[in-house]
Amino acid sequence: MNKNLNQKLALIFVVLLVFIYGIFGVPSGVTGKSIMDAMSKRIHLGLDLRGGVHLILKVNVQEAVSTETDNTVGRVQQDLKTANLTFTQVYKPDPSKPETVKVQGISPANASTVRSTLDNKYSNEYDISGTGADGSFTLTMKPTIESALEEKTVQQAIETIRDRVDTLGVSEPVIDEYGLGKYEILVELPGVDDLDRVKSLIQNTARLEIHAVVGGPYKDEAEAATSAGGSVPPDEEMVHGSGNMATGSDADAVYLLRRVAVVSGTDFRSADPGTDSNTGQRTVHFTLTNEAGDKFYDYTSKNVNTSMAVVMGGRVKEVANIESAIRDSGEIRGSFSQDEVASLSKLLRTGALPASLEYLEDRTVGASLGADSIREGVTAAVVGVLVVMGFMLIYYRGSGINADLALFLNLVILLGFMGFSGATLTLPGIAGVILTIGMGVDSNVLIFERIREEVRAGKAPAAAIDQGFGHAWVTIIDTHVTTIVSAAILFVVGSGPVKGFAVTLTFGLLANLFTAVYVSRLIFDWHLGRLKSGEPISI
Amino acid sequence: MELFRGVNIDWLRLKWAFLGFSLLFSVAGVIKMAVLFSTTGSPVPLGVDFRGGTEVKVQFQQAPDINAIRQAMDAAGIRDAKIQSYNSTAGANQVLISLPEEQNESQIDSGRQQVVSALHSHYTNPFTDSGVQVDAVGPTVGKQLETQAGRAILVSLLGMLVYLWFRFQLIYGVAAVVAVFHDTLITVGFFALTGQEISLTVIAAILTLVGYSMNDTIVVFDRIRENLRLSRRESLPDVVNRSINQTLSRTVLTSGLTFLTVLSLYIFGGQVLRGFSFALVVGILIGTYSSIAVAAPMLVAWQQWRASKGKDVVLPAAKRPRA
Repeated sequence: MNKNLNQKLALIFVVLLVFIYGIFGVPSGVTGKSIMDAMSKRIHLGLDLRGGVHLILKVNVQEAVSTETDNTVGRVQQDLKTANLTFTQVYKPDPSKPETVKVQGISPANASTVRSTLDNKYSNEYDISGTGADGSFTLTMKPTIESALEEKTVQQAIETIRDRVDTLGVSEPVIDEYGLGKYEILVELPGVDDLDRVKSLIQNTARLEIHAVVGGPYKDEAEAATSAGGSVPPDEEMVHGSGNMATGSDADAVYLLRRVAVVSGTDFRSADPGTDSNTGQRTVHFTLTNEAGDKFYDYTSKNVNTSMAVVMGGRVKEVANIESAIRDSGEIRGSFSQDEVASLSKLLRTGALPASLEYLEDRTVGASLGADSIREGVTAAVVGVLVVMGFMLIYYRGSGINADLALFLNLVILLGFMGFSGATLTLPGIAGVILTIGMGVDSNVLIFERIREEVRAGKAPAAAIDQGFGHAWVTIIDTHVTTIVSAAILFVVGSGPVKGFAVTLTFGLLANLFTAVYVSRLIFDWHLGRLKSGEPISI
Repeated sequence: MELFRGVNIDWLRLKWAFLGFSLLFSVAGVIKMAVLFSTTGSPVPLGVDFRGGTEVKVQFQQAPDINAIRQAMDAAGIRDAKIQSYNSTAGANQVLISLPEEQNESQIDSGRQQVVSALHSHYTNPFTDSGVQVDAVGPTVGKQLETQAGRAILVSLLGMLVYLWFRFQLIYGVAAVVAVFHDTLITVGFFALTGQEISLTVIAAILTLVGYSMNDTIVVFDRIRENLRLSRRESLPDVVNRSINQTLSRTVLTSGLTFLTVLSLYIFGGQVLRGFSFALVVGILIGTYSSIAVAAPMLVAWQQWRASKGKDVVLPAAKRPRA
């Protein structure tokens, strides 16, 4: 009996040590401050407590689809030309349906050849419809391909945002898919106050692209449209020039560019800022990936003496004449501001956002407001726990000590678990811990009331304790399992904070089973061993 | 110290009073929700988490003057801003400025910028970036959260019903779930009646309440099951009464202690937790009441209804408890 008791005591002691380690880790010293530091390293405080920025962004995945079909338009044109098949145009008929590409103006005689050419190259990614009788075929991106592309776009956006946020040097940033809606990203940056800086960094779509110039510069959009014959054809687009930083000259110039980029954002391997040694102008030196380099060489060698435009952030930065074929590196001399040049190289290194982003939610909590919340939460917790413990002592006398020890251990295990699991403690989380104490005491009350009943029925202390635990155990199992069942469902159905709530709740209940039943029973057994025969237990 | 020793109250005699009480509060809540729904399109006042919109909380360095702030907002052309002083125990000098919901997401950040710049340019009381809290929520996210929260509560109720069906009998599960639903309805009704906003933390409180009330009910049911097995000749109403009385001391103690901790939250936890603790203050009282006054009488009512139909009269003692 006694040996058994010692073993159990050792087990409890080990559990206590493990979870105390969970809360504090190994503090660097024994002063109050170093212990607090160690604790804050183990238990992560939520944004509402430590201050920070919380954003939910939506990725406009349709843009990535549109870019992909833009490329397809270019490839189809190329393929049909190579095969000497005539057509009037390849275009995207409906801007609201970026997944559809239409080939028009095929002579009926060629219809079957065109069909087999398209089938050969595009049937993996596209559903091809039309008979060619009316001279047209329609390519629609397959839903599976489209959703895979959309998923990839979101992942890419997450990667890019992560890389960019890393340059801020924020500790423990959260950048992840937000489970509630499609294509949504959650960004949490603890300790950051300056929302504007974060937003401009994340949202910078500074995609660097090189497009072929069809015409321009024109004075305004109307003039550009007139020169294009009334309206801009679907495979071209109007882009404004950016103001020359030095002279401000061509700020409102409008260019007509081929919609499909010769070099797109993902083709750049690197870009470095520099200065032109002759003119002192700011320059950007870029290198392309091998594949893009071959493509670029191909294009530039065929189009010597035409113009191409460097576009960044939706504005033409520079228009250059192709003097000779270029392969994989070059220099852009344009109207860049100093900030643009500096951030451009950083952004190119971290990769371009595959699509633009939209803000669905933003929250910032100032650090001092967070500190207030901590103070209030902790005050409420301390008062709550003391009131419960005090009451148990008064109501159950000697056994109250038993319950209070169990409660204390319950609290240690719960906090230690938060330290181990890396769960985040938020203000509602503190409230949850307080409630766990209030409800955790329920198991003790159930057992003690049962023991009192047995004592009243005239049982000896040992028997009363045994029966009391036995009867209460059935009830405790039922109440705990029911709550765990509902927590498990919350975990499956819920997301984010609801999931966290479910995990903490479940663990709190398991810890409660251990402390209120196992530990409390052990304390009673130990007490029984020291009781003189005939002496009643204090309950 | 001991309360409720040897109490012998005939709870079931009070069942009509209980029914009236429950109906009064549920119906009042439901009517208020219906009125709100027809006027505002939402049965309960929703917090910024669900409704969408912008809330800016600013901690000023000196005591703020609400009227001066209102003038600052007007001067900057911000209309319909709701301004309330937001003093909590720890953080004095706080003001909450809320702007009405935005209809689309592209405007989401403009509210914050407008408010902060209006305060900087038209109001002299200084504040720092670390004393500003902003919640700007677009309508999409709010809607998604609302759907999810509702579904989570309903599905978890269903899960508990299945577990109780398996451990006791279907009627026990139904009675418990009805009782818990009753608690949730009345608590949400209280929010509608008092005009308090339901936020994400209030949903967390309601989830907690569901678990808590279920606990209370199961403790009583467990006693009923045990007593039914021990004394098969006693009538069901007697067993139910005796079981409630036997567990009364535990019920009152646990509720009382949990109530005290929640009260401490309500008093010391600050403004942010006010909604959370309000939900629990109401919920714990109702939850305790419902396990005595709703769940247990439902078992008896069901048995009497079966008897009147000439069906199997005895409520079986359920399965033997295994543990």
